[in-house]
Amino acid sequence: MKILVPLKRVVDYNVKVRPLGDNSNVDLNNVKMSVNPFCEIALEEAVRIKEAGNADEVIAVSIGKTESQEQLRTALALGADRAILVESENLLEPLAIAKALVKIVEQESVDLIILGKQAIDGDNNQTGQMLGALLNYPQATNASEVVLDGSHVNVTREIDGGLQTLKLNMPAIVTTDLRLNEPRYASLPNIMKAKKKELSILPIADLGVDVTPRTELLSVESPPSRAAGVILETVDDLIDKLKNEAKVIS
Amino acid sequence: MSILVIAEHDNNEIKGATLNTIAAATKISDDITLMVAGSDCSSVISESQTLEGVTKILSTDDEAYKNFLAEDLSELVMSIATNYKYIMAPATTFGKNLLPRVSAKLDSQQISDIISVESEDTFKRPIYAGSCIATVKALDSIKVISVRATAFDPVGTSASDTVVEDLPALSSAGISEFVSEEIAKSDRPELTAANIVVSGGRGMQSGDNFHLLDSIADKLGAAVGASRAAVDAGFVPNDYQVGQTGKIVAPDLYMAVGISGAIQHLAGMKDSKVIVAINKDEDAPIFQVADYGLVQDLFVALPELDSKL
Repeated sequence: MKILVPLKRVVDYNVKVRPLGDNSNVDLNNVKMSVNPFCEIALEEAVRIKEAGNADEVIAVSIGKTESQEQLRTALALGADRAILVESENLLEPLAIAKALVKIVEQESVDLIILGKQAIDGDNNQTGQMLGALLNYPQATNASEVVLDGSHVNVTREIDGGLQTLKLNMPAIVTTDLRLNEPRYASLPNIMKAKKKELSILPIADLGVDVTPRTELLSVESPPSRAAGVILETVDDLIDKLKNEAKVIS
Repeated sequence: MSILVIAEHDNNEIKGATLNTIAAATKISDDITLMVAGSDCSSVISESQTLEGVTKILSTDDEAYKNFLAEDLSELVMSIATNYKYIMAPATTFGKNLLPRVSAKLDSQQISDIISVESEDTFKRPIYAGSCIATVKALDSIKVISVRATAFDPVGTSASDTVVEDLPALSSAGISEFVSEEIAKSDRPELTAANIVVSGGRGMQSGDNFHLLDSIADKLGAAVGASRAAVDAGFVPNDYQVGQTGKIVAPDLYMAVGISGAIQHLAGMKDSKVIVAINKDEDAPIFQVADYGLVQDLFVALPELDSKL
């Protein structure tokens, strides 16, 4: 069985992102870039499935600029067997990414595709579901548990108010939530070994998919900031303010 | 310009986020069809007939849609989607699961999580965990849009009797199957629907200490939430989490107790009307967004607050 893990190079989780001075986009000059945290969880899950003897190969794929090779090397150090970069000079929208992934899934004939539920840059939460629709594969989003069962995969999902378990026919799509697992750190020997693993590069044009932008970014602004509040001295002051000034309790 | 809004419900009652989604739709057009697909959901249909802003209801009552599987529900939406210029759903786990499937089948790039309608094709949406707000123009002819419920006031109800048309069910794709569901039972209001939310963070130190919040929440008729740090530490279950990757709330009153105020948490609650922060660390970033701050040890402040409410 083959598992495909698409992953995205994004601004590091700890970076505070601000708009550019002219509000044309976000300011990504000289910021630290990392693997999207949800994609790391997806990769960890795939590697664990392989380590448990339930998969033969884990392939990491990224669709993006040439710099995304860094994140793919990280994926190789974390346990992916090989990696593919679909190189695109432009940042693509989820629909275009899903279309490119369809081609990779077909070329590699994978049985399970595990993705992060969303990337922490665009916060779209679309790619996995779009890939499922384009391939007519079943999906389980926001996974908190993945259990393989022959030609099926049972997935527990985090939904509003609780948990839901679905049984999917394979090939299937799973997108990961925060608490599916805790990703490992890459060890130094594995980082060295990763340098020798196969990383193939494919120009996006070779896939023959339509990647024309379907949206136009008009501006990026900081959110309205809240006016500074007051620091109170006592619990009595707090109750008084909530009752008589804010009038939110009675 | 016709709009199809996909209703979220539990076969028993309509979910609140649907009303906010209809409200967002009314900012685009007044030609709004509400699609209600489920199983044994006649009470949802009757309730839908009273919603303001809805001009027509399409109803599918069939076993196949009992658990709202995205594979089957997206096909049902597709059977009518091209009759509309907009397809909209709430950006809840229901809408997030379903809508991108519809969008991809329509070859349209979905606009996720809109917080305002600027014009018929331009919308604002948060990116980077709410650190920035993007204004985006959608170029596709059919626009697929998910709506952040907290950004729009819900539509009201009236005694109107909106016309209901049957939408025929389709046969299931049979590629996925519902196994089970565990929905947490609580006498308290649901986090996203509560007027008051009392949340605890890592400062609570243990799950047991959450009883200090429970007691206050019961007196205020509030829901109890938590920061990601408190959930990761195992104090409370996943579905308590308020934040960019958890629930987005905007109650009248949000009390953050022992929460430092990481950007991911702020993204989930900063649209609350009144924010109270209780934290012994006066430098905690939560105080920068709080209307009222109390720099005190929560283990002193909470019992006092509890006794005086």
